[in-house]
Amino acid sequence: MGNSHGHTVAVGHEHELHHAHAHDDHHEESFVSKYIFSMDHKTISRQFLITAVIMAVVAMMMSIIFRMQLAWPGEKFAFINMMLGDKWGKDGILDPNMYLALVTIHGTIMVFFVLTGGLSGTFSNLLIPYQIGARDMASGFLNMLSYWFFFLSSCIMIGSLFIEDGPASGGWTIYPPLSALPEAIPGSKLGMTLWLISMSLFIVSSLLGGLNYIVTIINLRTKGMKMTRMPLTIWAFLITAILGVLSFPVLLSCALLLIFDRSMGTSFYLSDIYIGGRPLDQVGGSPILFEHLFWFLGHPEVYIVLLPALGITSEIIATNSRKPIFGYRAMIGSMLAIGFLSFIVWGHHMYMTGMNPFLGSVFVFTTLLIAIPSAVKAFNYITTLWKGNIQYTPAMLFSVGLVSSFVTGGVTGIILADSTLDITVHDTYFVVAHFHIVMGLSAIFGMFAGVYHWFPKMFRRMMNKKLGYLHFWITFIGAYGVFFPMHFLGMSGVPRRYYTNSNFPLFDNLGDINELVTVFAIIAALGQIVFLINFFYSMFKGQTAPQNPWNSNTLEWTTPAAQHIHGNWPGALPEVHRWPYDYSKPGAERDFIPQTVPLGPDEHDGGGH
Amino acid sequence: MTLLYILAFVLLCVALGYLFRVIELSRELKTEKEWVPTESDNRMMGRFFLVFVFVFITWSLYQIYQYGYKCLPKSASEHGLKVDELMKYNMYIIWFVFVATNFVLFYFAWKYYGKKDRKAVFFAHDNKLEMLWTVVPALVLAFIIIFGLKYWNEIMDKSTDEKAIKIELYSKQFDWTARYAGVDNAFGLDDYTQIDGGNSMGLDTTDKKCFDDIIVKNEIHIPVGKEVDFQFRSRDVIHSAFFPHFRAQMNCVPGQVTKFRFTPTITTAEMRKDEQVIRNMKEINAIRAAKGEDPFEFDYVLICNKICGVSHFNMQMKIIVESEKDYKAWLAKQKAYKTAVVAEKN
Repeated sequence: MGNSHGHTVAVGHEHELHHAHAHDDHHEESFVSKYIFSMDHKTISRQFLITAVIMAVVAMMMSIIFRMQLAWPGEKFAFINMMLGDKWGKDGILDPNMYLALVTIHGTIMVFFVLTGGLSGTFSNLLIPYQIGARDMASGFLNMLSYWFFFLSSCIMIGSLFIEDGPASGGWTIYPPLSALPEAIPGSKLGMTLWLISMSLFIVSSLLGGLNYIVTIINLRTKGMKMTRMPLTIWAFLITAILGVLSFPVLLSCALLLIFDRSMGTSFYLSDIYIGGRPLDQVGGSPILFEHLFWFLGHPEVYIVLLPALGITSEIIATNSRKPIFGYRAMIGSMLAIGFLSFIVWGHHMYMTGMNPFLGSVFVFTTLLIAIPSAVKAFNYITTLWKGNIQYTPAMLFSVGLVSSFVTGGVTGIILADSTLDITVHDTYFVVAHFHIVMGLSAIFGMFAGVYHWFPKMFRRMMNKKLGYLHFWITFIGAYGVFFPMHFLGMSGVPRRYYTNSNFPLFDNLGDINELVTVFAIIAALGQIVFLINFFYSMFKGQTAPQNPWNSNTLEWTTPAAQHIHGNWPGALPEVHRWPYDYSKPGAERDFIPQTVPLGPDEHDGGGH
Repeated sequence: MTLLYILAFVLLCVALGYLFRVIELSRELKTEKEWVPTESDNRMMGRFFLVFVFVFITWSLYQIYQYGYKCLPKSASEHGLKVDELMKYNMYIIWFVFVATNFVLFYFAWKYYGKKDRKAVFFAHDNKLEMLWTVVPALVLAFIIIFGLKYWNEIMDKSTDEKAIKIELYSKQFDWTARYAGVDNAFGLDDYTQIDGGNSMGLDTTDKKCFDDIIVKNEIHIPVGKEVDFQFRSRDVIHSAFFPHFRAQMNCVPGQVTKFRFTPTITTAEMRKDEQVIRNMKEINAIRAAKGEDPFEFDYVLICNKICGVSHFNMQMKIIVESEKDYKAWLAKQKAYKTAVVAEKN
């Protein structure tokens, strides 16, 4: 039923586009409508990617600056003075307020702009129409708006770096009252206002995108593309979009109440406060309410970041192992389970807020449950490698890297989810290490994997393999070098977001760990130059891409390689006859069978043979 | 200086430009599909992964040896021993999973690197295997959850012990103030609108229960072996009272009172004689001596663990655990709130 429905809609869509095409033949698309205000999912995807790359470079530079401060506090660096000027980097020493601002904006950009907007925006846009066999997104116009809201919000976020009092600096979680009261910290003046405006626009962008992704996946699948024949990438994007649509509005309301508290004298989050030499009028609110609202988005957000990366690597690992993904249905089931559970675990960020301990116990239980579907995913990836014929493209290297970081970062989650153990490691570097490895590294590895793998579909050229290898090894080793030793800082009781750990002597002998971490961070950052060179160079000068460079089964590789057509396929839409993972199927001529190839007389679909 | 940077950058760009020109020219001579990993690429990457996993696991285990002693010393509180014990067993489990899973992952990554004559095995699913790695993690997690919750409920048990010493920790940007409940072992009310220079904690001056309360700055003293019932308030933003050595932590939230109780078991003097502490203090003092700073003696601290503003990194208070006799002697020297205020006014 669902399938035939999808089919009729797809056909209807096709007719529409044929009309549009007949029209286009007479009027060449202008530069503006083709490259700037484009409604083509491929162009929008590239716009998201390039914006995210720029944002990522900014956020990475920030991390290098504050890592230098943490490793060598009080040392003078011409580099810091050059980057921040005399106001924030006087004599090359980082200003403590700027330190907090950098930490805040680094987190905000990485979580939202790079790993949500950048990752979902790029790959959902690129792959959803391509892999389900649609001409474009359900609404090209909303899709375009989604990018331009994202662009605007990025500009405001970057713009907030240049104002007099500095950008928001209350941590990326912007807990009030710190973020609500301009007297509490300079970053809570105009910087915080801009942060809230920027994030509100970001949420609009994310919702426009997410609704579009969901509608497109449900309605525009081509003939034969049953839900159970969708590549895992599409499943991941679908679940991600649903999580986003359900949780981002909560963040918006959370931000809205904060805006009211900041500028209209309400007291949703404020009560009994004496600051700046006077008691405030606001009574009766609770900052804990903010935390509940924030983490109701905040925790699904972790999976909004992670699931697309897992989807991307599922596809890449299967293709490059030349094997079907192991346990296709279990992979879908575990993503659904993770998606569902992600909504009932937010309280594990709040064990130490004074929340009722019984409520804490409930969150311990639900949180630790997430480890089960996560473990299933990890073991399924490993089994996919088993007895494969692994082709090490740079994308495959990053995918293997993701599985490793997903496990390494995942296991420390067991410590943090356990409220008893959380007492000692809550808000320490142990947490920083945990979420950077499991969420940051995994998601960024997934993003890199996606860029290397689908670069030919984006830019019609190939990225350089050798540079890709170099980039992977520097990044992979550098990243573990940065984040593994941090666990020990956390176990020593070092709190996060400290401007320096040597202001009182207790942590003095941890300086060597901090130096080690910073050295690795600088190496890893320099490694990204290799990527940037490869990326921009290949965009213009890379080898011309063939139609199906990785011998892959999915539909995007059936579109012509030579040109980008608005509408993706020159003739009729392809028809799908099988699941996407028929790699090395016994009896087949080659080690891959594209989804468009009809089933043989005795052939079973979906893993049976 | 800036000029030099710009010059270096320009030169780098020129050099890279030439490099690419060379690559480009040499590329035009070839027509092969450079992006396809060759067998030797696959072999090399597979071997790199194998080497990586050995180096990585060795290095991570070596860090336990290298940094392990820098971690927090044995717990100085009663419930902390339980936390540490639970931590130990959980650590065994996660180290095992971390090492085993990474090893298998990278071993396969090497073992099955792509070869021309190799054909992958079509292996799409296996219910038994999938059942295995659903049930085994579920069982392990069941243990983790059961023990975690058991200890959690014991630590957070709210039944009050009337004999427990009551101390209030009051946080503001960027210091701590403590209030002892005094002779009546009860805190007087507070009212944030009454805060002023002489009443920095905002006590309700009309409540008689406040009069015997004792307000202390800079350091607090607590007796060993006695339960201390802490309550926390905040004047301005959220802070977090973190007692790393006692495995205790609780946020201080403006507008509400939060609580945490623990029983210290090791006095400051005893802790200074702990081997691990001595080793760390030696290192710290060597570093301080090199910088020309005074030697440092170990003390328990209370630190702020929730971002609270520009001096978040320096919001701390000394905690001294001592015998009950010393504690009582110290307490007797402190002035009750009323006497302190009266003395100030005169």
